[in-house]
Amino acid sequence: MVLGNYKSVVAARSADKEILKGAQDGGIVTQLFAYALEEGIIDGAIVAGPSDEPWKPEPVVATTKAELLAARGTKYNLSPNVALLKEATRSYGLDKVGIVGTPCQMQAVRKAQLYPIGMRDVPDKIALAIGIFCMENFSYQSIEAIVEDHCNQKLESVTKMDIGKGKFWAYTERGAVSQIPLKITHKYEQPGCHVCLDYVSNLADVSTGSVGAPDGWSTVFVRTAVGDDVWAKAIAAGCFETKDIADVKPGLDLVTKLATEKITKNQKTLDARATFGVGKGLRNPYL
Amino acid sequence: MVEKITVGHVHLSGCTGCLVSFADNYEGLFKILDNYAELVYALTLVDVRHVPEMDVALVEGSVCLQDKSSVDEIKETREKAKVVVALGGCAAYGNITRFARGGQWNQPQMESYVPIGELIDVDLYIPGCAPTPQQIRNVAIMAYLLLKGTDEQKELATAYLKPLMDLAKRGDEACGCDLMYDVINQGLCMGCGTCAAACPVRAITIEYGKPNVDRDLCIKCGACYAQCPRSFFNFDVMNEFEGITELIKGVME
Ligand SMILES: Cc1cc2nc3c(=O)[nH]c(=O)nc-3n(C[C@H](O)[C@H](O)[C@H](O)COP(=O)(O)OP(=O)(O)OC[C@H]3O[C@@H](n4cnc5c(N)ncnc54)[C@H](O)[C@@H]3O)c2cc1C
Ligand code: SF4
Ligand code: SF4
Ligand code: SF4
Repeated sequence: MVLGNYKSVVAARSADKEILKGAQDGGIVTQLFAYALEEGIIDGAIVAGPSDEPWKPEPVVATTKAELLAARGTKYNLSPNVALLKEATRSYGLDKVGIVGTPCQMQAVRKAQLYPIGMRDVPDKIALAIGIFCMENFSYQSIEAIVEDHCNQKLESVTKMDIGKGKFWAYTERGAVSQIPLKITHKYEQPGCHVCLDYVSNLADVSTGSVGAPDGWSTVFVRTAVGDDVWAKAIAAGCFETKDIADVKPGLDLVTKLATEKITKNQKTLDARATFGVGKGLRNPYL
Repeated sequence: MVEKITVGHVHLSGCTGCLVSFADNYEGLFKILDNYAELVYALTLVDVRHVPEMDVALVEGSVCLQDKSSVDEIKETREKAKVVVALGGCAAYGNITRFARGGQWNQPQMESYVPIGELIDVDLYIPGCAPTPQQIRNVAIMAYLLLKGTDEQKELATAYLKPLMDLAKRGDEACGCDLMYDVINQGLCMGCGTCAAACPVRAITIEYGKPNVDRDLCIKCGACYAQCPRSFFNFDVMNEFEGITELIKGVME
């Protein structure tokens, strides 16, 4: 289950230059939602939009391409996208909801469908769940500390953040690039991430991340019948350029390696929690 | 068609919202009643005046300690039903009735309301105010598979129902504070926002990625904690979401 169930996997990027400009990687999320919106496959999508504070995401229900574009790019701190899941069907009146999120958020979406305890009339309205790969996440204050204290950049001057090649990168509007080893960021990670057993959004309809694909491209797993259908239609409509994953470097081996590392490390944490105290342990949510 | 399971709706101190939710499955309700479940007891719907023997009792509402007939009825339900389900926040956790203090026209002496778990053992909880039509439907289908299905179906139904049975063992008090105690204080919250979506009274907002509960608003329905992916998450069931969704759809067609 390291990479989850999937029907196909490719390297891809959006064919739309406008989307690619502000996208984190291959613009898969923004492009696929834009296509689904245009085709009526979704009525809107819950994405991590901008807020009043720099780099602090605010979940929004995007019902236009402009709103999708405004939400492009990775914010390495918490965007509680699932908080809008029921609201999207109420105040926004969506019958077909798109949602993007980390693997844990995809887990929340599937739990909401199978155990809709506080999600009246929501289960059938999830039309497209796009998952992003995720090693860990940070609180807003952590990102502030990482960028301002360690990278020595003002948050508001940063135009892009990235994690790759063992480093955390902050790019600024004046062209400066700050990078620090990931080692430094570890202590700032969100504790809840240390019990997380999914790297590549196993439960999404389509999941994507940068790892495995060349710069500017994304690795894309198509996982469910719903995902397969949308993806095939989007390809047929010319939304994406694709490459066989076997032909790109570093390819699936790296994805598998990182996924295995994450799951093994976090499983150890879970095991250690069981005997954290003296004759007492901490909760395991997976039992 | 294999024989149906027998189901009853036992109505204690609740607002009938749980029953309405059950009915809000619309055609689905008829499908359930036609093929899978015989409704053997339900005020206003079934002309039976006394709690009969049944497979599954769906109990709505809390027990008023000053109302002898309520106390008798919950005890009798436990004796006559194989499986007792606390349907909704009041039966499971007391919910809004926790705040009752008597003095209400026309029974001012009635002031103590407790969730059914304070008087009897309960097998399974369906939290929420109101519980959702889809959650009631899923439990009904799984209960049917558990009692009448093939071995494989029994296994699936057992895995599905286990967390809801564990909730019944966990206790009969719940509120937004459980997120604090059992998720955040335990180092498990990852800021997904699900709890805020689940709360029927919007008592939860997400501040800087973590839930903040307005305890004056919380009615103690238990939905937020039960819906949180870090309260329970059974990989066996959730990884099969596509198959199970299809199964439920197929069963309801
Ligand atoms: C915390 C975090 C950790 C990640 N770790 C990895 C990793 O280890 N390896 C890897 O390959 N990829 C990782 N990613 C995914 C990667 O950074 C890109 O998000 C992904 O490749 C999508 O890029 P895109 O160009 O297709 O999407 P874009 O078109 O740029 O769209 C990105 C979408 O993600 C949404 N989004 C942004 N931030 C968040 C957030 N915090 N929570 C929920 N949604 C958000 C945006 O609103 C937007 O809709 C991570 C992402 C996050 C948020
Ligand atoms: S590491 Fe896991 S828990 Fe943390 S944000 Fe990513 S998917 Fe969620
Ligand atoms: S916070 Fe909301 S969902 Fe949670 S128990 Fe209270 S009322 Fe229910
Ligand atoms: S649902 Fe659970 S994990 Fe998600 S934000 Fe609420 S408490 Fe945290």
